[in-house]
Order: sequence, then structure tokens, then C-alpha cells
Amino acid sequence: METKLPPASTPTSPSSPGLSPVPPPDKVDGFSRRSLRRARPRRSHSSSQFRYQSNQQELTPLPLLKDVPASELHELLSRKLAQCGVMFDFLDCVADLKGKEVKRAALNELVECVGSTRGVLIEPVYPDIIRMGFSLMNPNSATQISVNIFRTLPPSENPEFDPEEDEPNLEPSWPHLQLVYEFFLRFLESPDFQPSVAKRYVDQKFVLMLLELFDSEDPREREYLKTILHRVYGKFLGLRAYIRKQCNHIFLRFIYEFEHFNGVAELLEILGSIINGFALPLKTEHKQFLVRVLIPLHSVKSLSVFHAQLAYCVVQFLEKDATLTEHVIRGLLKYWPKTCTQKEVMFLGEMEEILDVIEPSQFVKIQEPLFKQVARCVSSPHFQVAERALYFWNNEYILSLIEDNCHTVLPAVFGTLYQVSKEHWNQTIVSLIYNVLKTFMEMNGKLFDELTASYKLEKQQEQQKAQERQELWQGLEELRLRRLQGTQGAKEAPLQRLTPQVAASGGQS
Amino acid sequence: MAGASELGTGPGAAGGDGDDSLYPIAVLIDELRNEDVQLRLNSIKKLSTIALALGVERTRSELLPFLTDTIYDEDEVLLALAEQLGNFTGLVGGPDFAHCLLPPLENLATVEETVVRDKAVESLRQISQEHTPVALEAYFVPLVKRLASGDWFTSRTSACGLFSVCYPRASNAVKAEIRQQFRSLCSDDTPMVRRAAASKLGEFAKVLELDSVKSEIVPLFTSLASDEQDSVRLLAVEACVSIAQLLSQDDLETLVMPTLRQAAEDKSWRVRYMVADRFSELQKAMGPKITLNDLIPAFQNLLKDCEAEVRAAAAHKVKELGENLPIEDRETIIMNQILPYIKELVSDTNQHVKSALASVIMGLSTILGKENTIEHLLPLFLAQLKDECPDVRLNIISNLDCVNEVIGIRQLSQSLLPAIVELAEDAKWRVRLAIIEYMPLLAGQLGVEFFDEKLNSLCMAWLVDHVYAIREAATNNLMKLVQKFGTEWAQNTIVPKVLVMANDPNYLHRMTTLFCINALSEACGQEITTKQMLPIVLKMAGDQVANVRFNVAKSLQKIGPILDTNALQGEVKPVLQKLGQDEDMDVKYFAQEAISVLALA
Repeated sequence: METKLPPASTPTSPSSPGLSPVPPPDKVDGFSRRSLRRARPRRSHSSSQFRYQSNQQELTPLPLLKDVPASELHELLSRKLAQCGVMFDFLDCVADLKGKEVKRAALNELVECVGSTRGVLIEPVYPDIIRMGFSLMNPNSATQISVNIFRTLPPSENPEFDPEEDEPNLEPSWPHLQLVYEFFLRFLESPDFQPSVAKRYVDQKFVLMLLELFDSEDPREREYLKTILHRVYGKFLGLRAYIRKQCNHIFLRFIYEFEHFNGVAELLEILGSIINGFALPLKTEHKQFLVRVLIPLHSVKSLSVFHAQLAYCVVQFLEKDATLTEHVIRGLLKYWPKTCTQKEVMFLGEMEEILDVIEPSQFVKIQEPLFKQVARCVSSPHFQVAERALYFWNNEYILSLIEDNCHTVLPAVFGTLYQVSKEHWNQTIVSLIYNVLKTFMEMNGKLFDELTASYKLEKQQEQQKAQERQELWQGLEELRLRRLQGTQGAKEAPLQRLTPQVAASGGQS
Repeated sequence: MAGASELGTGPGAAGGDGDDSLYPIAVLIDELRNEDVQLRLNSIKKLSTIALALGVERTRSELLPFLTDTIYDEDEVLLALAEQLGNFTGLVGGPDFAHCLLPPLENLATVEETVVRDKAVESLRQISQEHTPVALEAYFVPLVKRLASGDWFTSRTSACGLFSVCYPRASNAVKAEIRQQFRSLCSDDTPMVRRAAASKLGEFAKVLELDSVKSEIVPLFTSLASDEQDSVRLLAVEACVSIAQLLSQDDLETLVMPTLRQAAEDKSWRVRYMVADRFSELQKAMGPKITLNDLIPAFQNLLKDCEAEVRAAAAHKVKELGENLPIEDRETIIMNQILPYIKELVSDTNQHVKSALASVIMGLSTILGKENTIEHLLPLFLAQLKDECPDVRLNIISNLDCVNEVIGIRQLSQSLLPAIVELAEDAKWRVRLAIIEYMPLLAGQLGVEFFDEKLNSLCMAWLVDHVYAIREAATNNLMKLVQKFGTEWAQNTIVPKVLVMANDPNYLHRMTTLFCINALSEACGQEITTKQMLPIVLKMAGDQVANVRFNVAKSLQKIGPILDTNALQGEVKPVLQKLGQDEDMDVKYFAQEAISVLALA
């Protein structure tokens, strides 16, 4: 009846005028916090980095590296590196423009120099480079030194940050940070780079800090981190096991404790290439990683953000060792999404990727539970899920597997397909199912006829079973009540016997 | 199917109870294994029914082994199972047999899914209390040890939650072992386990002997508080509260404070946030002396922390900090050591910080007393009342009454009135709404004269606000004002203005007249209602907008009981009858409803 308003003046009243008038202080009020957040300038963002900078010194441009004689090159290099260790406030975009420019130019020059000049990377330069980017040199020093890369990431602007929906917060100091990353990457990739010297600085602690940065919201930063971590993994053999272990910890925390970590896709990408290089036979550690980390990763809410990389890792494992197939497929079936159709479509996609590389001997082991799940997907009221499941029959390899095992697969799916072909609301799905049923008929006409014939019987049996179940529980419930009464009766009985005695004793006194 | 056929004879043959062969375990297990998850879940949820049907002996000898060995199910089913088993002691034969429940729960405590594990641990904790001391050492403690030395992190994290329940009742030798196990979990290789241990550190400390707390818990606390992972360090801060409660002042100073100082300056904002967030608890646990020497300076730093999250958490604690200070020094400490920082926060760049401050700052006035409030706090309140962010303004307005108690409404209103008038016209309707809520309070304290002069026009303006919630609140506000100032005031000031709106070209305003009449009629009494309001309502029955007409019917229903029979029969009835014949369905409906409620048919 509120709709019956003259069009001239539509009321702009809020939909629920009964809202509590004085909201509790911390929950503020019902304003969409999101819109507020977007509206206001992002000023609060990240001051962590700038904080520790005390008494900002003026930067003066140093001579160009190419202008000094080789004898002075390293001294100048070291001064330039020190200059680049000075941090600037990028939240205030007009502050100290001159200093920022000096640092930017110096960084550019360093990038250029380390990338193209041979013989620059001598041993004494390493600590300066590490100090400029990471400052791990004096961890016990009382004064915290600002560093370009290793900083504590600021709190997220948006606590409910959804990587698919929301714009990420970009790192304000990127103009400098990018050059620092670029420089460090070229340093690692330089032909002169000596891991044996660098390993004094690039140690476990260094790796841990590097991994923590993968939580950065800025995709550009994560991209650099990915390449750098990959190079570190490649060049520092002693750190490999440690890197894998720490990645595990990050994933496990992400799965079981705190469903938020921005760099999962990047870490998985690195692991994908690491898995690719695993030697055969696979170590137990690696198999455990697959079963206890990669498979449970499928259960995470934000799966869509890293699913492609995850599926790649899984398939890599199966290509290495086909005997893992059963574990993987049973694991996926265990974590099969129940309410999220979007994830269900992803699972189906991954399953098809796995089936593409499956060995027939492995297929036999999992065909029944797998195709029962596929049948459940076909009966999904969400047509995209049903459609994705039905596409399995367009895959020739899968079709040949089904054909080879039709005595198991057909009975597993037939009932559902038959029923859905009559009930599904979506015409496309119905016609796809008809195609599938037709394939079955061509595949094994006799079996098909038998299944059609027994379909009705099974339906009846199901009903009967349901009724029997109901009777069973009813009977159990009655028995439970009787037993409860029995125990109560047992307790009451002595009481009744006591009563007269009590009365009698009362009479006596 | 084999089970089903036996089943058919089951319930029918159920003669007396105690017929143990009645339900073969196979049938029940069939149910627990059903292909359909939902059915399995249903069966598990009725596990106690199954156990009762089986009786205690068969539950122990058949059902529990089955549950222990063969359930590798969906997490949802496992969760239900873990929960059920916590209340199963009676069904296996009482405390003497409680240990029979340990094997399935031990399995559940090692699964991957956190909620299942947590529930299993919860049930284990519950059951531990039902064990006799002997059974505890014979069965429960070994289970904890097995979990604590499990090779996957899940069992070790579960173990962390079980130490504190078995420790108090264990013998000294076993106690030493338990402490040893806990120590090793605190330095576990996996951060997940260290986190679990850190989160149980406080709880475990509470059940330990004081000597052990000093010699063992404190070093563990220190090492967890300097863990490489900030997620572990911040949990140590939580444990700090419990540990501090157990130690003497001197011990606190030497054993705990160095670590806490370090945590307050941690490089990770999450750890600093935790210190700020737990500040009141820490303050109470540490006692006044350490608070003055150490915590206040730390708090000052938190109030000017570089991360807004930390500042906001600290700002939230300002009032509690004051309340927890010793009464004699409160005022000086706040004035000299805290207020300067608060003043800065009032103009913070982050709205969450300001709004956190605004939600508690008014509470300081009781601590500081009248003069200080007027001199030092009032300017801050005023500044926050003018803040660009509505959350901040709202939080100030919603707490006006705490200040009112200290400096009185007169003082308050003179300073705040301009701000209130400004807020009354704020662009955000929720801000206006909050202000309206305070009108009756202000009006009561200021008196009629002042109100008429300054605020009355505001109250009337809200009646034509473009947001319904405001018009509605304004209507209720009028009713409360009439209750305060009496009918005569209503007749002279309010009613004429309300009635004029009946002729407004906007139908929404005309409806507001009706809503006001609904609200005011009772407070105004029969005479005003009959003489002034009723004619207007009746006139509006001819309105061209159906919404107005059916609201007339509703209004008549509402004010009917106040009117006398003459008015009802002579004036209301014909109008309602006419409306009962209206072409609009809703008008008809409400007219007929009014007729039947007023018994005019």
C-alpha cells in the first residue's frame, strides 16, 4: 500500500524508520562504511614506513657513476646506496620534491649500472646493497632504520577487502620502491652475483621478511616479490627447504586460522615451477604438501583468486606421480563446495584438467564416487554448474574412459540424469542431457535398457527405504523414552517405598 | 537392505525394554554410513538415542569402537560427533567409564578442520572433569602426551588446550612432565602450534604453582613475546594479563615489564594494537605503581602511534584508563599526562580515531570535575561537534548526558546550542535523528521559555523533513514535549502549527498532520481533540490522495476512544461509512476496520 503514491513526490525515507536512534559507538551508525571509505581521501594509509625517519637530511645530487674514474667508482656507489636508504613521505605528494628526485635519479642510475656494468659487484658492496633495501645488518641496533623494502605492511584500509571486487590499495612510495625492487632483481640476476657472498645476508630471516611482504595489497609489488623469491630459490640451495616450509606455514595459516593473505596466487605460481623441478620418486615431504596443504587450500572462501595457479600445481603433481590421483580426487570430493556454485564450476574445471592426464588404472579407482558427484552437479538447479558438468561428455578422452568402464559409470549417473532430463528448468540443460543419454544408448544399448527398466523399481525401493528409516527412528525414539522412564521409575520406586516410612517416623516423634 | 528386513520386525517385537538384540548395531551403523550426508548428519545428531537403545555395555563395546575406527567423514558430521561425545559420559556408564570416550575424541582432535578440532578439545576438557584422578593419569594424561608429540601440527595445537585441565589433579611427577611438554610446544617449529601455546599460556599459568610460574612460564612468555612471527607475539600480550595477576609487584617489575615495554614498541602495528586494546586489563593487573612509571608513558606513545588502528584502540581506552587510576591522582595524571595527547587526537587525520575518541571523551568529565571540564574539555567537545565526520558528531551527541551530570545543562546548552542548531540541519538524516532524541532531555532541563525561544522552530521544521524517519521521530518528540510542558502549551504553540499543515500541497505533510494527531490526542485530552483536531481529520476524509484517506480512517480509529459518544455517532460514523464505500481498496479496508474496532456498525 505504500506503493500507491502519486508519482510527483516519492518519499526518500529510509526503508526502516525503526532503526535504533543512538548506535553504539564502535559500530558507528548504519551508513555504509564502504561508501564513506571510498569518499574520503586515503590519508591514513601507511605511515609505518615513514615513521622512523628522524631528522630528514637534505639530499644533494652526487656525480654520475659513469663520470668518475674506476678507482673512485665503488666509493661513489656506496655513497649512492646510502643516499637511496633515505626514506620520503609519499603521503604528502609535494613534500621534499627535490630530495625525492635526487633519490629517484640515483636509483635509476644504480639499476642501469648493476644491470650493464661488469665488475661492479665486489664483495664490500653487498652489505651496502642489503642495507639500502632491507637493513638486516644491525638488527640489535636501538634505532630502527627505515628501509625501502622490509617494512611492516600497514593495516588494510578495508578490513573486508575483496580481491575480486575492490580496488587494491597501491603502495604510495611505489615510484621509489619499484626502482629498489628492480635494482635488487638485477643484482640477483647479474652474472657477477655470487651467492656464496650474498648468503651471509640473504638468510632465513631475510626469507621470512620477504614472504611476509607477499601480503601486500599492491599487485605490482607482489609481482616483483614473486620474481625475486624465485631467483632466491634458484640461487640459494641452502634456503630451499626453508622457503618451502615457510610457504607451508603461510598456507596453513591462511586455510585454518586467518583467511586473508594477498600473495597466495603468487606463492602458488612459484611453487608450481618448483614442483615442476621435483626429482622422482617424490619425497614424502612433497606428497604431504600436496595432500595436507594444496588440497585443503580448495576449501578457502577466496579460491577464485588463486584457483588457476592451484590447479596448475595439482596437475603438476599428478603428471609427476600418477599414483597420487586417488588421494587428490578423493580430497577434492571431500571439499566439494556445497553452497557456492561459482566454486563448484571451478572444481569441475579442475577435475576435467585432472581427468585429462589421468591414467586409466587410476580412473578405475575413483570412477564411482567421482561420477556420483558429477551426477549431483548435473542435477544442480544452477544451470552453469549443470552445464559445466555435462561438458565432460564433450571431452573425448573422458568419453573413452567412460566407455571402457560403462558398467560402473552408467549405473552411477543414470538415475540422476534420467530424472533431471524430465525436471530441469533450463532447456539447454535438458537437451545436453538428452545428448548424453543418447551417447549412453549408443555406447551400450543393452545396459541402457536394463537401467531404464530398473529405474522405476529403484525409485520405489528408495521410497520404501525412506519409510523404513522413519520407522527405525520412531522405534528408537520410543525405546529411548521407555528407557528414560525406566531409569526415572527406578529412581522413583525407592522414594515411594520410603514415603510411608518417613510418615511413620514422623508419627513416632 | 539386509538391515532393513530385520528392521521390519524390530519395533513390533519390542516387548519389554532391555531387549539388547532388538537393534543390531549393523542397522544403526548403516544409518551412520548412509550415502546422503544429511541423513548421516541426522543420525549423528541422534547418537544419544542410538546409545540409549544399545545400552551402556554395547555402546562401549560396539558403538564407540566403530566411531573410533571408521569415521572419516565430512567435517560437518565430525563436528556434530565431537559435540555429542562431550555429553556422552552417562551413556557409557558414568564417570568410571568416561575414558572410553577418549579414543574417538583423540581422533577428532587431530583432524584438519579447526572447528572440529576445537569442538573435540572442548568435549575433552569437559570429560576430563569427569575422570577420577586415577583414570586421569591412566588414560587422559597419556592422551595429551600423544597429541603433544603428534607429527602433524593439528594434534599438537589441540594438545595445547588440554594441559590446564589435567594439571591440577595430576601427581607431582606427572605435573613435571606436563610442564615439560608445554614448554616444548611453546618452541615448536610450526607457528600454528606456537600460536596455540601462546593463546593458552595465561590459562596454563593460572593452574601452576607460583614457583613454576616464575621459573618456567615467565621465560616462555618472554620467548613467545619475541617470536619471529607477529601473530605469536601479539598472543603473548594477551597472556601477559593473566601472568601479571599471579605475580608480586617486584616480580612484575623485573620479570614482566621489560617484555611488555618491548611489546608496546613492537615494530608490528598488530602487537602495538594488542597492547592498546588490552590496556585496561594490563593496567589493572600491573597495579598503580607500574602504571604511573611505565604504562602511562607507553600509552602516550600509543596515542600518537603512526598507525591509525593503534591510535583508535588507545583512544577507546582513555576513559577506562582514567577510571582505573587511583582516585587521588586521577585528575593530575589525566590533566598533565593524557590531555595534551587527547587534544591532538581531536584533530587527527583519521576519522576512526576521532570517532573512537568521541565515544569516550565525554566520560572524562566526571573524572576531571566541573572546572576542568569547562576549561579544558568543553573546547574539545565543541571541536568534535563540528567535526566533518558524522560518526564523530554522533558519538559526542549520544554521550551528552555524562557531561550534563557534571556541569549542568545550562552551561552545556549555552556552549553547545549553536552546534546543536547546526547539527539539527545536518545533511545526514541519522545525525538529525540523534539530535531529535535529545530534545526532550534538553527541553526538560531548559524550561519552556528557553525552549520556545531557541528550539521550538527546529522541532517544527523537522515535521516537514524529507526523510520519513525524521518526521516520525519529530512526531514522537512533540508528544514527549507535550507530556513535559502540558496541554495548555500544546494548545497554544504546537497544535495550531500542526493543523495548518493539513492544507499543505504536499500529501506527505498532510499525512504528518494525521500522524501528529495520533500521537498528541491522548496527551492533549478530550477537549482539544474534539474541538480542534477532529474537525481537521474529518475534513481530510475528502482528500484526493488515497494514502491520506486511509490514514484518516486509521486516525479516527486511534482517537475514537478519546471522543465522547455524540461526536463518535454524529461525526465520525458518517465519515467512516462514506470511506467504507471508497473506490480504493485500502481506504475501504481501514474504514471498515475502524468501524468494527469502534463498534459503530
